[in-house]
Amino acid sequence: MRYAGIDIGSRTIELVVLRDGEIIESRQADSGFDPMTQAKDLLAGVEHDHIIATGYGRHLFELSFDALTVTEIKAYAVGVSALFPGVRTILDIGGQDSKAIAVNDKGKAIKFEMNDRCAAGTGKFMEIMANTLGYSIDEFGKEALKATKDIQISSMCTVFAESEVTSLLARGEKPQEIALGLHRSIVRRAVAMLKRVSIKEAIVFAGGVARNSCMHHLLEEALEKNILVPENPQAMGAFGAALLAGGIC
Amino acid sequence: MSKNYKDMWKNLGLKLIPHDALLEVLGKGYEDIYLTQNNRPESMAYFNFVMSEIHGLRIKELLDEKTAGRKVIGSFCVFVPEEIVLAADATLIGLCTGADFATEEVDKLLQRNTCSLIKSAFGFKVGKVCPYIESANMIVGENTCDGKKKSYEILKNLVPNLYVMDLPQMKSDEGKALLKAEYLRFKEAVEKLTGISIDATRLKKGIDIVNNKRKAIHRLSDLRKADPSPISGLDALLANQVFFYDNPVRFTESVNKICDELKKRIEKKEGVFPKGTPRILLSGCPMAVPNWKLPWIIETSGAVIVGEESCVGERGARNLTDDSGNTVDELMEAIINRYFKVDCAIFTPNPDRLDHIVEMVEKYQANGVVHYGLQFCQPYLMESMPVEKALEEKNIPTLRIDTDYSMEDVGQLKTRVEAFVELLK
Repeated sequence: MRYAGIDIGSRTIELVVLRDGEIIESRQADSGFDPMTQAKDLLAGVEHDHIIATGYGRHLFELSFDALTVTEIKAYAVGVSALFPGVRTILDIGGQDSKAIAVNDKGKAIKFEMNDRCAAGTGKFMEIMANTLGYSIDEFGKEALKATKDIQISSMCTVFAESEVTSLLARGEKPQEIALGLHRSIVRRAVAMLKRVSIKEAIVFAGGVARNSCMHHLLEEALEKNILVPENPQAMGAFGAALLAGGIC
Repeated sequence: MSKNYKDMWKNLGLKLIPHDALLEVLGKGYEDIYLTQNNRPESMAYFNFVMSEIHGLRIKELLDEKTAGRKVIGSFCVFVPEEIVLAADATLIGLCTGADFATEEVDKLLQRNTCSLIKSAFGFKVGKVCPYIESANMIVGENTCDGKKKSYEILKNLVPNLYVMDLPQMKSDEGKALLKAEYLRFKEAVEKLTGISIDATRLKKGIDIVNNKRKAIHRLSDLRKADPSPISGLDALLANQVFFYDNPVRFTESVNKICDELKKRIEKKEGVFPKGTPRILLSGCPMAVPNWKLPWIIETSGAVIVGEESCVGERGARNLTDDSGNTVDELMEAIINRYFKVDCAIFTPNPDRLDHIVEMVEKYQANGVVHYGLQFCQPYLMESMPVEKALEEKNIPTLRIDTDYSMEDVGQLKTRVEAFVELLK
């Protein structure tokens, strides 16, 4: 039997297919402006017996493909727990939202917090800031790690932060240092959210933003704890959904 | 709604075009949220009718009452004692608030960080779309939160008949003395308005009518203990909302009729959702018509609401007024005692509220609590974190929601509510 999970996020769509508990297929595409067509293309040629959808586009997928759905929170809890059996806390920062999830010893989410309705402190925020500084999203974290000075960025609002960055650049501050300041501001927000939920170890950082090594480093520094990052942090939702699809029958 | 009402609305000074638009949105919202529900009790037909005539027949009734010499008093709060109003042959109605309206006009009057409930009340007034406020001979503002208290200073310029009632903030002897003084002053104001001197017989009759209305709601609440729940939270909320608008005697009969039907449903083990559906207690700020957003999200996310710890719910209807007194003094004392128990978040400290939440969780066998805080509603938002902490210490899962009347956060809220329901399973 083949079980698939599809995570239709605001920025990317991930697809994971399992056979006998092993990942046999892992795909990714941009969500674009027509996520259902993107999802359909991503599924082209993929065989599966059951599929579960998660992510913000799950309900649209449910209507178009007659699939069951779970929230990202459950999908991440299941996916991350399967890879890291001792996990108690998950931080998931995706394209447009961030979540802190407390997990019990059975891999079940027991409490969570989500960011409010704006995109502050999420992948989208980082993308815009990187762009303002002239970095690609991959360079953004790497360059920030090279900074030698701390600059405090006080705005978390994407629009205000952008103008703050512009005025810092005009003042002659180095892009690397501004980049570090931006990373720190996101970490402060993430840590505050984690503290409201749990900071019990083991802590796993997942979602697209977990690919940013500067974020990983600063989070460990702020929490004074070791933080694990899955090899493919963006696929945890789709992986969790695929595992749940396997549990249906 | 019938065309016959156009003249009535015009005479009340309503702006017909925006009013039509409001009714259309309201009707559409009701259709999408209420009429799409499965397995509704048949006797909810009464409430469908009430909703379809909320600005029509009910207003006509109020105007007919006025022609016959009765007075209409409008209020924004459960602290305004209906017993006293009814004792003077007057009618108490809840004033419109529950949807954003005329927001640009409101922004000229109220600062941005004002809660939706206050903004909405102003929106209905300045937009001239609320036939209730336009029908009222007296509008009672009450000093609950700072937002309402200060907004009445501004509302005073918009309406000719605002009466402001002061309220205590502590459950002390001094607090009670204040409530007593204010209720006596209110009684005098109502007597002056109506020209009727309130005696013990009248007061007893007022108490009786309101108590019966409360008893009907208590009966309805009690039936919601059953699993499967015989009625949706949305429908029960609607009954609690209409509590503030309808003729009290007719309302009592209608709710009792629903209860008779629900009783039969329970005997047949019938419900609106399957047995074992996760049960939610909704706690926090009041939800006036048509503020159905959060309950609708909850009940379309695989859960059923089994109780409302809210002014539009048990906080408003919890206690009966003792009717054993024989003199006006004794009966007024009973009224004061009854309202002094209301566990509104304007009181400090307010431990009774937490006790009531826990009590309701047990009584209705709720699996979790969704705490609804209206954005910028300081009293309830301030309480939400300690409430969450205390409930979680008792192993009662709690989800704190901070939202307003807009629909822009529906997707985000749906994810949070669905995830909460998943963890209750």
